[in-house]
Amino acid sequence: MSQPSPVAYDSKIEGNVIFTRVDAAINWMRSNSLWPMPMGLACCAIELMAASSSRYDISRFGAEVMRFSPRQSDVMIVAGTVTYKMALAVKRIWDQMPEPKWCIAMGACASSGGMYRSYAVLQGIDHLLPVDVYISGCPPRPEALLDGLMKLQKKIMGEHALEDQKRSLVDTL
Amino acid sequence: MTAQDSVTRLQERFANAILKAGEFRGENTLSIKIEALHDIAAFCRDELGFDYLLDISSLDHFGEDPRFEMVYELYSMADGVHLRLKAVVPGEDNPVAPTISDLWPTADWHEREVYDMMGIHFDGHPDLRRILMWEGYPFFPLRKDFPLEGKVSDVPEVAFTEVAPLAGGPFVTIPTDGITEVREPRARRAGDPLSTDKFLAES
Repeated sequence: MSQPSPVAYDSKIEGNVIFTRVDAAINWMRSNSLWPMPMGLACCAIELMAASSSRYDISRFGAEVMRFSPRQSDVMIVAGTVTYKMALAVKRIWDQMPEPKWCIAMGACASSGGMYRSYAVLQGIDHLLPVDVYISGCPPRPEALLDGLMKLQKKIMGEHALEDQKRSLVDTL
Repeated sequence: MTAQDSVTRLQERFANAILKAGEFRGENTLSIKIEALHDIAAFCRDELGFDYLLDISSLDHFGEDPRFEMVYELYSMADGVHLRLKAVVPGEDNPVAPTISDLWPTADWHEREVYDMMGIHFDGHPDLRRILMWEGYPFFPLRKDFPLEGKVSDVPEVAFTEVAPLAGGPFVTIPTDGITEVREPRARRAGDPLSTDKFLAES
């Protein structure tokens, strides 16, 4: 003759509810599924490939899905020497990536032109794009790339995702 | 056929066009007149068996007249023989050399590179476009009067260049058996003594 009480603890639902802020939830999702646009231009690209292999396993950080279409990418990893002939092509691909987007300058060449102080090489991709993380090294080891990726994740976790990027939605609420 | 046989036969056949024949450590070099280049190259390929064009390069003797010089490296697969042809190109403002891309198809891209980097035109070339820099780039970067740090250029929507910061460079290493600190690249200018004492004293 026992009736289930309507206000009792429901173990099926209770365990699946999390209270958080929208910003934190959005940032958590974004930072743990960063799909890279691999802009491999020189030897740094080899280290970038090594980072996604099983030994270093970039998929532990949710960034293993190398998208060769800029429309599906979140972070552009500029890995290598950006020549002036290539520079505007890189810029064009960057412009095709949807917001929000981030950029990692991997290695000395992408960060500053590296050892190529010459007529043919752009002296750092930050002349064209806003760079979030610079990684030193010539080329950097995969661990350095993973460290840069974690730094970028930390940066994304601190962003005001809703306020900055969904201003009209916040206003209507 | 040895390289010496080839040189002898060329000298018999093109006595007027061959200015100098030299040999250094087994490498034979012929200085020839640029007008006879195509005939000599064709003779080398068809009669002497030089079936492989290894490389084409160019020199800029800046300040001399004539200023430019072409260098052709020929090789015979069957005999294992190497031959080098050199020819000065007249004209400082608009140097023109005959093409040999009809003899060796590989000369097509080699000549495009020489045109791109040094600004030497090739008479009769089927497709003389820049190959490394982009169409519209106004300079020839491997000429001696082109600065290492580059010059400013802009072709809207295509490409642009800026001057690279050399920070006191160019950075040059000194051949020495000294410690790494002495060997490492430092900013040195033309005329600086090649002594390492100065840098040792600094350290």
